[in-house]
Amino acid sequence: MHNLTIKQMSEKLRSGEITSVQLTQHFLDRIDQYDGELNAFVTVTPELAISMAEEADKKIAAGEAELLTGIPVAHKDIFCTDGVKTSCSSKMLDNFIAPYDAHVVTQLKKVGMPILGKTNMDEFAMGSSSESSYYGPTKNPWDHRAVPGGSSGGAAAVIAAGLAPLATGTDTGGSIRQPAAFCGITGIKPTYGSVSRFGIIAYASSFDQAGPMTRSAEESAWLLNAMAGFDERDSTSTEGARPDYASELNNSLKGLKIGVPAEYFGEGLDADVEKAVKAAIAEVEKLGAEVVEVHLPNKELAVPSYYVLAPAEASTNLSRFDGVRFGYRCDQPTDLEDLYKRSRSEGFGEEVKRRIMVGAYALSAGYYDAYYLKAQKLRRMVRDDFTTAFESCDVIMGPVAPSTAFNIGEKSDDQVSMYLSDLYTIPVNLAGLPAISVPAGFANERPVGLHIIGSYFSEAKLLNIGHQFQQVTDWHKQVPAHYQ
Amino acid sequence: MSWEVVIGLEIHAQLTTKSKIFSGASTEYGAAPNSQACPIDAGMPGMLPVLNQAVLGKSIMLGLALESELGMRSVFDRKNYFYPDSPKGYQTTQMDFPIVGQGKLEIELEDGTKKVIGVTRAHLEEDAGKSVHGIVPGQTGIDLNRSGTALLEIVSDPDMASAKEAVAYAKKMHELVMYLGICDGNMQEGSFRVDSNVSVRRPGEPLGTRAELKNINSFKFIEKAIEIEIERQIEVIESGGQVVQETRLYDSEKDITRSMRTKEEANDYRYFPCPDLLPVIITEADVQAVRDVMPELPDAKRIRFVSEFGLSDYDAAVLTGSRAMAEFFEKVVALTEAKDPKLCANWMTSGFSGAINRDGLTIEESPVSAEMLAGMIKRIIDNSISGKIAKQVFEAMWQGEGTADEIIESKGLKQITDTGAIEALVDEVLANNPSQVEAYKAGQEKMLGYFVGQIMKSSGGQANPGQVNQMLKAKLK
Repeated sequence: MHNLTIKQMSEKLRSGEITSVQLTQHFLDRIDQYDGELNAFVTVTPELAISMAEEADKKIAAGEAELLTGIPVAHKDIFCTDGVKTSCSSKMLDNFIAPYDAHVVTQLKKVGMPILGKTNMDEFAMGSSSESSYYGPTKNPWDHRAVPGGSSGGAAAVIAAGLAPLATGTDTGGSIRQPAAFCGITGIKPTYGSVSRFGIIAYASSFDQAGPMTRSAEESAWLLNAMAGFDERDSTSTEGARPDYASELNNSLKGLKIGVPAEYFGEGLDADVEKAVKAAIAEVEKLGAEVVEVHLPNKELAVPSYYVLAPAEASTNLSRFDGVRFGYRCDQPTDLEDLYKRSRSEGFGEEVKRRIMVGAYALSAGYYDAYYLKAQKLRRMVRDDFTTAFESCDVIMGPVAPSTAFNIGEKSDDQVSMYLSDLYTIPVNLAGLPAISVPAGFANERPVGLHIIGSYFSEAKLLNIGHQFQQVTDWHKQVPAHYQ
Repeated sequence: MSWEVVIGLEIHAQLTTKSKIFSGASTEYGAAPNSQACPIDAGMPGMLPVLNQAVLGKSIMLGLALESELGMRSVFDRKNYFYPDSPKGYQTTQMDFPIVGQGKLEIELEDGTKKVIGVTRAHLEEDAGKSVHGIVPGQTGIDLNRSGTALLEIVSDPDMASAKEAVAYAKKMHELVMYLGICDGNMQEGSFRVDSNVSVRRPGEPLGTRAELKNINSFKFIEKAIEIEIERQIEVIESGGQVVQETRLYDSEKDITRSMRTKEEANDYRYFPCPDLLPVIITEADVQAVRDVMPELPDAKRIRFVSEFGLSDYDAAVLTGSRAMAEFFEKVVALTEAKDPKLCANWMTSGFSGAINRDGLTIEESPVSAEMLAGMIKRIIDNSISGKIAKQVFEAMWQGEGTADEIIESKGLKQITDTGAIEALVDEVLANNPSQVEAYKAGQEKMLGYFVGQIMKSSGGQANPGQVNQMLKAKLK
């Protein structure tokens, strides 16, 4: 049942061949069976899932079902979920039960999608491997020695292993696309402002954006339709109605101009990854698209700019975790200062503390101009690069990451090398653009992702390209042998 | 050698919005602790601020009143610091781009001289919660009801040279924000808080080090505290010491100021633009919309009262002392068809204000409405009652005995204007005082006043004094 497509599940639910309770129970059973080895979930919510599935079955019986009604979903543990532990994979929030739902959770509840549980991630979404989780690393279903990517590593792993049919993720510097690439699934980061940030525990507010993580582009389109929408509770939410993201899926790619930046195929890119990505681009060309050369000269500035701005925002976003009102509080504080110092140094992990320190430094008196303001300038330069590039092409294609999934522990002592694994994804967040990762083959027996970047609000076009590519390839249908 | 005093004020005016600046929680004062704090005010994970648009019009209104440059594009920043009553670990405020820029306010000193005080800026920000000590022994409680309340921080230029000037400015700003209806001005509840930056220097020298006086909730104490602080600073310098930049508290019982912080911490607030809020854009149309509903300002009203109603400067100042007073007065004038605005002014400044002050009431709480007062003044104008009887009628109205007409009727206070009745009274008094009549006829004209007094007395004050006068003169010819 877990290898059915969403379309097949939806048809079977509506024809009465299966019930949502049966479908949900099937995934709960698989979680029981496999999550011990994968560690992809922080919390599994069987009772909630079954009671929601029962409600969904009533809705289906009443003929009120939408396409995704009754199909279970796993939420990244960054989305506040009413009555459910929402930890952000941090000791700091190990005891935090959210008293409200994130907008995304509300939206999917309305559709009637049972919640299977909350997926593991890098602590506070800071990382590219899911190793910084307080609950231990998640394993890559393709190879248990490898990381699933991060920060939405748990979400990518559950889709790859068939422990959930659909999952939500968030992407601040590549946190949907890089794990999607590492786990051989499809994931899209929408244009900043498309999906409400209300109830998503903030890492870097001007970058954070939620999106779907699924097996196919078509399924991402459907899930994004349910997730996106204007929300007056988020001041950065784009006003007005969202388009039907599935409306262009079947459009022809004839005449599509693909920009391929030389800068995305330079030094540091694994040769086998390059081969797979170039082959994928050639496949899209066969569908009638044309490749043009574009340049993103300031690509090198993206990672340094991001690692000033994101920590700067994070350093103050995370100030609310002070041990006073919720979350972790140290034992027996001697006074207020001791309460702050120990609650925060004991409650946060190493990477989180590192970024808080970096961010506080970049904002401090005397350094603000040299770091924060300078990084803002670089951010504009990176954005302008894309604006110029999109004058001569419709989309930009390249690799999602410089390598396939690396091994657990391989980069955890080398932060810069870890940061550089996001060098292709970060520029997109700096500019606030949409981008998708679609499975594009394998290198060294680990999955490779094709990165497709579009101009603002071009999600439907990106999903169209992904879907057309998936009509002529079957990389997205591959399932690790162990999880067939 | 003489000393020069330099004072600048920072005033926190709580805006009269029903809900908080970034959340929908109520701002009502005095509720049970934390009953008016929603997850946004408590800085819960995943919560986001959304600007309460009602604060914009109120800020623009103050800007227009101060003839300020308006910040057509203003930006909210985060001011980072840890404190238990600051739930997010930062305060959302405006640093580089405030909503109200440079403006000015004219003050008038006791001796009648006028001075223009510069207003550097006014910016929007959220209030903090409160630490509550003593409810749980040995522990501090946090009440977040006030957390997120909308404040406009109004910063003056260092233009004031004495405690008296500082208080005149604070009072003028207090009157203004209440006039505009953007702040209730309640100093006891902390809706209007004045922090004073005080320094001294020798004439011609650069600015001295300042001390900040905080948390003083009456104008009287602000004046005293500044005076004492000036003396203290002069003493420190004259005895060879140096003034330390610090926050000081005023102890009204001991009449001293003392340092609030034992250890001086150099705080780095790491200001930066809040990424959760977009820059606030104000359009010309927004400004015009505020202009259209803006109430007349106190100074303009004062000038108009003198020219339109022929009032004295003093009466005009008293009547425009508060918007409620001015509006009450204008209503009374309108209801009496503006037949005698001066008479209305006299009643407002004496009888009415006297009763209000005596009973410690606000104008809104007055048992005598504008309609009732106007009803009584109409009877003075049409000679139904004299000014003296009116005092009696007013007091009865104040005690809730009814309208002026009802009281005049039930107590039989209607002025005697019937010529026959007055003639009888005059005849009686003249008959009973033959020797005084003789004296008058012999040239002692002051006896006339004596006769009037006697007649008024025998009429119980109800005889029309003008008619009595006329008739007496005729009879004594």
